[in-house]
Amino acid sequence: MTNLLGTAVPRRPVTAPRSKAAFWAREAAPFLIGGFLLLVIAPNFLSEFRQNLLAKYLCYAIIAIGIDLIWGYSGILSLGHAVWFGLGAYAMAMYLKLANSGDSIPDFMNWSGLESLPFWWEPFRYAWFALPMVIIGPGILAFLLGLLVFRSRVKGAYFAIVTQALAVILSVFIVGQQAYTGGTNGITDFREVFGMTLATPSTQNFFYTATVIALGICFLIATCITRSRFGRLLNAIRDDEDRVRFAGYNVAVIKALIFAISAGMAGVAGALFVPQVGAITPSSLGIVPSIEFVLLVAVGGRGTLTGAVIGAVVVSWARSTLSENYPDTWQYFYGALFIGAVVLFPSGIVGAWRRLILEVRMRLSKSRVPAAAGSMDVDAKGAAGVK
Amino acid sequence: MDVFLSNLFNGLNLGAILLLVALGLAFSFGLMNVINMAHGEFIMVGAYSAYVAQNLFEDLFGSAGIETWFLFAIPMAFIIAAAMGMVLERTLIRRLYGRPLDTLLATWGVSLVLQQVARSIFGSPNVQVTAPTWLRGGIEVTGDFQMAYIRLFILALVALCVSGVWFYLSKTNPGRRTRAVMQNREIAGAMGVVTPRIDMLTFGLASGLAGIAGCALALIGPIGPAIGTYYIVDAFLVVILGGVGQVIGTVVAALSIGWLNAILEYQTSASLAKVIVFALVIAFLQWRPAGMIARRSAR
Repeated sequence: MTNLLGTAVPRRPVTAPRSKAAFWAREAAPFLIGGFLLLVIAPNFLSEFRQNLLAKYLCYAIIAIGIDLIWGYSGILSLGHAVWFGLGAYAMAMYLKLANSGDSIPDFMNWSGLESLPFWWEPFRYAWFALPMVIIGPGILAFLLGLLVFRSRVKGAYFAIVTQALAVILSVFIVGQQAYTGGTNGITDFREVFGMTLATPSTQNFFYTATVIALGICFLIATCITRSRFGRLLNAIRDDEDRVRFAGYNVAVIKALIFAISAGMAGVAGALFVPQVGAITPSSLGIVPSIEFVLLVAVGGRGTLTGAVIGAVVVSWARSTLSENYPDTWQYFYGALFIGAVVLFPSGIVGAWRRLILEVRMRLSKSRVPAAAGSMDVDAKGAAGVK
Repeated sequence: MDVFLSNLFNGLNLGAILLLVALGLAFSFGLMNVINMAHGEFIMVGAYSAYVAQNLFEDLFGSAGIETWFLFAIPMAFIIAAAMGMVLERTLIRRLYGRPLDTLLATWGVSLVLQQVARSIFGSPNVQVTAPTWLRGGIEVTGDFQMAYIRLFILALVALCVSGVWFYLSKTNPGRRTRAVMQNREIAGAMGVVTPRIDMLTFGLASGLAGIAGCALALIGPIGPAIGTYYIVDAFLVVILGGVGQVIGTVVAALSIGWLNAILEYQTSASLAKVIVFALVIAFLQWRPAGMIARRSAR
C-alpha cells in the first residue's frame, strides 16, 4: 500500500501473537532505554548548561507526545498548542512570582501603577491551587473550546486556522494587559522555588529529574490510550469521522476529550519549562512556537510516540546548534527542515527507520513480501495527513 | 465623533487590504485545498517591490520619478509576486495535493526562507517609501476627520482589483474554467480543462493580489521582512468567516472584520478588540459552520 507520494510507509510488522513476556518487553523497552539514557548517561556526560538545554527539549517532548495524540492518532491538527503550554507556564509563573514577592505585589504591577493584587491572582499564592491548575486549567478550557468547535463540525484545516487565531489573540491580549500579565516582558525574575534557590545545580537537577519523570508518565498515559479501545476509536475518527458518527459515537465529545488531554500535557510542559528557563513571555505562546511544536512531531514521525519524543529532541537540538553556529543563516536550514520533513520524509525518522528494517528483513528472508505489508494501509493514510 | 468617524474610515481601509489578502487565500484554499502560510510573504514581496521601484525611478528619472513611481510599482508588484507564486506552485505545492495540512507545514518553511532572503537583501531594519506628492493631504470632511488621499486611493485600488477578479471569474474563459475546477475537479478535468494549468494560474493570481496588497501597505506604513505575518492570521479568519472560494462572502467578511475591529478598538483597547472579534467569529461559526455564504455544490 502506498501513500499519496507513492512511497510505502511501513507499519510495525504484525507478526504471530507473541508471548506475554515478549509483549511486556516490547512495551517496556522505550521506558528502560529512555530512562537509562536520560537519568544515568545524560547527567554524567553533559555539562550543566547542556543538561539544562536537554531539560528544555524534554519539555518540548512532552508537548510533542500530546500533539502526536491528537494529530498522529486522531487527525486533529492544532496550530495553537503553545496556548496550552503558555497557560500552564503562566499559572506556574504566577505562583513563583507571588512566592518571590512576599507580601508586596509583583514588581511589574507596581510599575504599571496597580495598588493591590487583582482578585484572580489571589488563589495562585497557594501551591495546592496553582500546581493542579497547570493541568486542569488548560484541560478544561481546551475541552470547552474543543466541544464548541467540534460540535459545529469545524475540522481539518479549518480547525488548524481557528486554533492558530487563538494563539495570536492570546499573545496579543497578554501583551496588551501589561498591568496584569507583565506585558511583553512576561513574568520573570524568580529567585526561589519551594524554598530552594533557583540558580543552584541541585535545584536544576531536581527539575531535570522531575521533567524526565513527567515525560515518562505522559508517555505511559499516551501508550495506554493508544493501545486501548478509546485509542482505536481515535484512529477510526482520523480515518473516517462520519462513519464513527453513524456508528453512534459522539465524535465531538471524544475529540474534545483527547484535545483536553493533549492540552493538559502541554500545560505540564509549560509549568516545568518556567523554573528551568526562568521566564515566560507572550512570544512563547504565539503562532511561531505553535507551528514549531507540530514540526517536532512531523520530523519524528506522526502516529508513533517514540517518534514524537525523538523528533522533539532532535529538532530542538538541531535548532540550537544551527542558531549557535550560523546566527545569520540558520533560518534557511530551519525552513528547509520544514519542507524536507513534509516532502521527503512524510513518515518521519521513525517511519524511515521502519522502512529500512523492513527492507533489510525482506532482503534477508528473500521470501515474499511479509504479511505486514497488508496492514500498512491505516498508517499510510495517517501519515498522509487528514483527508 | 470625528475620532469615531476616522476610526471607521481606517477600519474600512484595513478591511479593504485584508480583502485583497484574503481573496488570494480563499482561492488557493477553495480551489486547491492548499493552506498557504507563505501567502503573507507575497505581501512582503509586493511591499519590497514598491521600495525597489521607488529607488529605481528616483535614480533613473530624478524628481519626475518620485511623482510616477507608484503607478509602475503596482503592476510590478503584481507581476513579481505572481511569478514567484507560480514557481512555488510548480516546484513544491504540486507535490502536496490532497494533503492540506502538509502544505501548511511546507509553506511555513517557505515563509521562513523568504523572510530570511528579505533580511539578507534589504537588512532587518524597516525601510520606508515616500508617497508621491499628489497622494499627500486629504479631503476635510468635518473638523478633525480627514479622508487621506492615500487611503482613498487604496480603497479605489482594492475596488478595482475586486471587480477585476469578479470579471475574470465570471466573464473570461480561464476564469470560468477556474470556477469549474473549484466546483468539481474530476468532472472539469474530464471535460477537458487542463487542471494543473488552472492551478498554476490561480495560484499566481492569488499571489499577485497579495503583492498588490503589499504595495498598498507600503504607502501607509514601514516595510519589514515580517510584514506579512501581521495580516496572514486575520486573513485566514476572513476566509473562514466568508465561506471558502466565494468572492462575495470574502468581501462581506473582510469588511465586517475590519469595521468590527475599528469600532471595538474605539470602545475598548486594541488587544481586547482582537479577543472580542475572535470570540464573535467562533460564535458565528456555531451558527453557520460553513461561513457566511456556503458553497452550494454536490461534493
